[in-house]
Amino acid sequence: MRSIFKTGAAALAATTMLCGAAFAQELSGTLRIISDMSNPGPRAVMEGLAADFDALHPDLTVELTIVDREAWKTQIRNALSANPPDVVNWYAANRMGPYIDAGLFMDITDWWEAGDYEGLESVRGAMTQDGRQWGVPYTYYQWGVYYREDIFNELGLSEPATWEEEIANCQVIVDSGRACYTIGTKFLWTAGGWFDYLNMRTNGFDFHMELARGEVPWTDDRVRATFANWRQLIDMGAFIEDHQTYSWQEALPFMINGEATAYLMGNFAVDQLRNGGLTDDQLDFYQFPIITPGLPQGEDAPTDTFHVASGAQNVDAARAFLAYVTSADVQTAINGPEGLGQLPVNANASVADDEFIQQGFEMLSQNAQGGIAQFFDRDWPAEMASIGMEGLQEFMVFPDNLDDILERLEAARQRIYQ
Amino acid sequence: MATTTLDPRDGPTWMQRNRMTVTPILFLLPGMLFFAVYVIIPIFQSFNISFYRWDGLGEATYIGLANYEELLTDRNFEISLWNNVKWLVLYLLAIPLGLFIALFLNQTVTGIRLYKSMFFFPFVLSQVVVGLVFSWFYLPREGLLNGVLTFFGMETVNVLGDPDLATYGIIAAGLWPQTAYCMILYLTGLNAVDPEQVEAGRLDGAKGWKMLWYVILPQLKPATFIAFVVTIIGALRSFDLISIMTNGGPFGSTRVLSFYMFEKALSEFGFRMGYGSAIAVVLFLIMLVFIGYFLWQMWQDEREARR
Repeated sequence: MRSIFKTGAAALAATTMLCGAAFAQELSGTLRIISDMSNPGPRAVMEGLAADFDALHPDLTVELTIVDREAWKTQIRNALSANPPDVVNWYAANRMGPYIDAGLFMDITDWWEAGDYEGLESVRGAMTQDGRQWGVPYTYYQWGVYYREDIFNELGLSEPATWEEEIANCQVIVDSGRACYTIGTKFLWTAGGWFDYLNMRTNGFDFHMELARGEVPWTDDRVRATFANWRQLIDMGAFIEDHQTYSWQEALPFMINGEATAYLMGNFAVDQLRNGGLTDDQLDFYQFPIITPGLPQGEDAPTDTFHVASGAQNVDAARAFLAYVTSADVQTAINGPEGLGQLPVNANASVADDEFIQQGFEMLSQNAQGGIAQFFDRDWPAEMASIGMEGLQEFMVFPDNLDDILERLEAARQRIYQ
Repeated sequence: MATTTLDPRDGPTWMQRNRMTVTPILFLLPGMLFFAVYVIIPIFQSFNISFYRWDGLGEATYIGLANYEELLTDRNFEISLWNNVKWLVLYLLAIPLGLFIALFLNQTVTGIRLYKSMFFFPFVLSQVVVGLVFSWFYLPREGLLNGVLTFFGMETVNVLGDPDLATYGIIAAGLWPQTAYCMILYLTGLNAVDPEQVEAGRLDGAKGWKMLWYVILPQLKPATFIAFVVTIIGALRSFDLISIMTNGGPFGSTRVLSFYMFEKALSEFGFRMGYGSAIAVVLFLIMLVFIGYFLWQMWQDEREARR
């Protein structure tokens, strides 16, 4: 859909910082922020951001409320409609849709036009709907295969680049008594990641997005081809057993204990794997292998965002805060190894010196010509995503139910996109 | 005017005349007001919303009975409905189980209070804790259940990961605290059993099952009724256990109507208020059967008591 780094080079060239202009005016009153950065690391980052911004503006009081990340997904509606705060966290792309349609997010196209967000040109697309911009991103991260380098070495394997190599590798791993991949599908979305990659590699990024927009039936032969590839892995025992009982965190020990060798995940898993006792010598990363030769690779890179509520009281302060968060220096700081440990959205910010973040940055800037997708549950309309992911989980447990699943998804598609 | 004579037309004031009617109404008013605002009116609102397509934020579109028509073809709804039936039927096992534990514990042995409190213990736990404990118990590899099965050389089983077993696994978890609840109800009921009647029964030669069935149980009828009410209510609000143990999965096989309603109307991917309301209406109608029965039963009892 949108390539964050298509214009990466051009954006890098433009190094001037214009957002200083926004700071010039004196801000006063109270800036109310509700954030969903509730995990310990991100929480510290958010609290630091609020405190620093508060200190920058003596007359302004920043009032920060941090809501549990999962709970926020259901609370945001009430928060935005009754006594709305000034600034809130949310996600890019389709997930913005309901709030834009309901008029709860403020249209900030003018601020983009005014040059508030120098260095963010490449991510503008992910914030655009109906030709207008509705917020700013503050971080994003790559997805890919994190694997046990030491086990690969022990078995004499190398990073697979093609599907044939992938299958061959996996056979060796299975024969050694391990599972190729750990996964926990209790909360469904992890299966969405697998479908994203298999479909983007089998049919290409553009087809993937057509499917997301409901333009292709789920019973299409190309979709079946994706599932056939997936089934190859399932049938050879590539995934751990009983994955439908585990959350994604509960699936981590399989990789840490060496019972499974790899995990298709977002970069946030690295922190947990390191905490679990794996060193960087044991861990490595590769891009999901190519299935159909010649297709430009699409990648999942979910983007997290800030938005201004349309009922915001202190719009000036909100504007200054968005400019502050996206400025190159702040981006470097909050996405650094001490902060979120993810990729900065500002092209002028520097990418942290971390093995995985560097590889992710390189992959997304050079090897994702197909395009950047947000993720299954963000690109598909919410209802289709939930029905879809349930079907994907069922397929992973009972691959024989495929016809039934696809017909169900197709019926849902015809109802939801009408 | 030297004297004020009482005008015969003056009589007691309206308030004085109607005190017997007005006072109870005034006392009931706050309660009725809250009951109306928080229970009665929302019920009718749900009925109303169920005729609309509405995401909770934007404009609501009137679509008539379309939500209900969709329910008829919705397989997830069917599964949820059947799961509700399973819950209702199997949850009732808590009543006989509770009765037998209560009979067992209704004796005077040293330390009986300790045993009683141990049996009552699960009811004190939050449902969330019960759910967590049982989901660990069922864990496919590390869980105690599979540990025991492996010890006896049997196949391991992933209870919560198997769509055919998961609901029963959750019901079993729910039965644990519910049995304790019924047990406490029966223990208090057993205190009220008339020893003279037991004595008389014994003189007439009643023993064992006959004694239980013809002498004890009829006297426990009030306790049984309450146990039935709380168990039915418990079965219908099984939401928290499901949410904790399987989150409705695997692939929606453990949902019940209340959980499905929540998913459709209020969860992360939901916000179909009309459809959620339609599910709520169906759930309400099911509950209405039981509520009607309970009210009728209580009315009967009251009438008998007055006689």
